[in-house]
Amino acid sequence: MSTTTPTAETAPSFGLGIGRSVRLGFSRIKLEVRSYFRQGDSVFFTFLFPVVMLTIFAVAFSEQNFGTEEEPLTAAAFYLPGMIAAGLLLSGLQNMAIDIAMERSDGTLKRLAGTPLPVMSYFIGKIGQVFTTGVLQATLVILVASLAFDVELPSEPSKWVTFAWVFVLGVTTSAVLGIALSGLPRSGKSATAVVIPVALVLQFISGVYLGFSMLPEWLQNFASIFPLKWMAQGMREVFLPASFEVMEQSESWNLPGVAIATGLWLVIGLIVTRITFRWIRKDS
Amino acid sequence: MNTTAPVVQVENLRKTYGSFAAVDSVSFEIQRGETFALLGPNGAGKSTTIEILEGYRDRTGGSVKVLGVDPGKGGLNWKARLGIVLQSSGESGNVSVREQLTHFAGYYPNPRNVDEVIASVGLEAKAGTLIRKLSGGQRRRVDVALGIIGSPELLFLDEPTTGFDPEARQQFWQLIRSLKADGTTILLTTHYLDEAAQLGDRAGVIAGGKMIDIGAIDEIGGEEARIPLVRWRDANGKHEERTHTPGAVVASLMAAGAEPAGLEIVRPSLEDIYLQLVSDHAHAREVENAR
Ligand SMILES: Nc1ncnc2c1ncn2[C@@H]1O[C@H](COP(=O)(O)OP(=O)(O)OP(=O)(O)O)[C@@H](O)[C@H]1O
Ligand SMILES: [Mg+2]
Repeated sequence: MSTTTPTAETAPSFGLGIGRSVRLGFSRIKLEVRSYFRQGDSVFFTFLFPVVMLTIFAVAFSEQNFGTEEEPLTAAAFYLPGMIAAGLLLSGLQNMAIDIAMERSDGTLKRLAGTPLPVMSYFIGKIGQVFTTGVLQATLVILVASLAFDVELPSEPSKWVTFAWVFVLGVTTSAVLGIALSGLPRSGKSATAVVIPVALVLQFISGVYLGFSMLPEWLQNFASIFPLKWMAQGMREVFLPASFEVMEQSESWNLPGVAIATGLWLVIGLIVTRITFRWIRKDS
Repeated sequence: MNTTAPVVQVENLRKTYGSFAAVDSVSFEIQRGETFALLGPNGAGKSTTIEILEGYRDRTGGSVKVLGVDPGKGGLNWKARLGIVLQSSGESGNVSVREQLTHFAGYYPNPRNVDEVIASVGLEAKAGTLIRKLSGGQRRRVDVALGIIGSPELLFLDEPTTGFDPEARQQFWQLIRSLKADGTTILLTTHYLDEAAQLGDRAGVIAGGKMIDIGAIDEIGGEEARIPLVRWRDANGKHEERTHTPGAVVASLMAAGAEPAGLEIVRPSLEDIYLQLVSDHAHAREVENAR
């Protein structure tokens, strides 16, 4: 007598390896980017927000000089690096934390949990979406600054190399931290209320809306715990004149510090995600 | 001799929320190719049972095997063999019907043809429409389409036809019959007893978390419950008689004199039998509680 267990007999395992995860990850990126742009409110609140803020600052402070007598600087030029950094935070952390919490409460994740989609592919899709929208967002901010407000863009290739790695590291860290945070809100509705204030406070203390050098030292030290301060600092190195370097903490752009602090947060985000991410809350 | 293990094996399944037992020592098996209907009133524990089998909820006790695997430990290969239509779903739906199905088809090793699936749920005209712009019943059809896109060996359908118009329901029955013909094993819950009668091979009736009856669709409730009823009216009021020989009863009525008013001969439908079972169970509980 032989008893056939259905598992062994009828289920040829179908490439569960990394290749399949990546292929499905790219398929998810396509789907995620599409639905991102079809969702009106996310486009406004996360995608266009930095451009809108840059425009407001540029217009409101159009008479003010943010540089020195010899080396004048317009409001648009002064705020550009901060707005790019804010975009990283919004497209990544804020967008992901809210988006995934929503997907958890509206049943999207429950549906995915019942399919053979690897969690890894889902993450690739999310990070890919953040990356795509982040690149478009930064491009838009830079174009608007340059074309509408005559901001002079750096010409040295080394500056753009710095821009590239700060951007890639920043956007990835921000996305991963967003995924890690998405488990915190108990429902999709409360996600907005939990995440937006946190993001807003971070932006205020990290030199996005207020010049970082204007903040008291203890607040600067506190802000240095979080990654946004470092992303903004990296972006200032790229877009502000060299004469601004002395206004930084420790009077230096401190790019190694930017890499280390942001990288550390990336690792923390990965570990927290690895430990805490669940498709659904069982038995809720 | 070659015996095939059941596709679903549930033994003494128990699930409690605090001190409340949502599912209480439920046992059943589903053989390969069989369609099993799980019936029961609201809150009986149907969805709880199904979601335990799907791996969504942990059980408190008992043993469960789905395709030979404990659902709590099912991996991606296991999930690839299942099709799941949940009782409720409400995604934002910013992609079109075809985009969604094409995307989900990519998750499975041998997916069905996307356009055929769209046609089989009657959404050809809406294939390019964003899911969020569909009507409730149309969205439900997308749920069903997503459940079958991966050519599952075992399909879970938790009240799949909620919100379907009569035509869509007929089309759905047709679809399920063709899946059955392909050998798909199906676990179905529904409140439409005609649906269960049309599609089910066997049924289990669950109430208050307990399985109160289980058997072939045309045997459930027992021999007794299926005996035809003769109903008529006369000067003394309404009459009802259970009889194996309704013809003879009618003949004797005729022989007694005038044509009886309101004469009917009724073979109890699955719905009648089900209602009887559930109300008997409720009575038995009351008596038990009164003691
Ligand atoms: N997460 C939960 N926490 C507490 N009680 C729950 C939970 N989920 C279900 N229950 C309870 O378990 C019982 C069975 O629920 P279940 O959803 O399985 O019913 P059902 O048979 O599917 O009903 P319906 O026909 O309405 O879908 C109900 O009394 C319900 O209140
Ligand atoms: Mg239910």
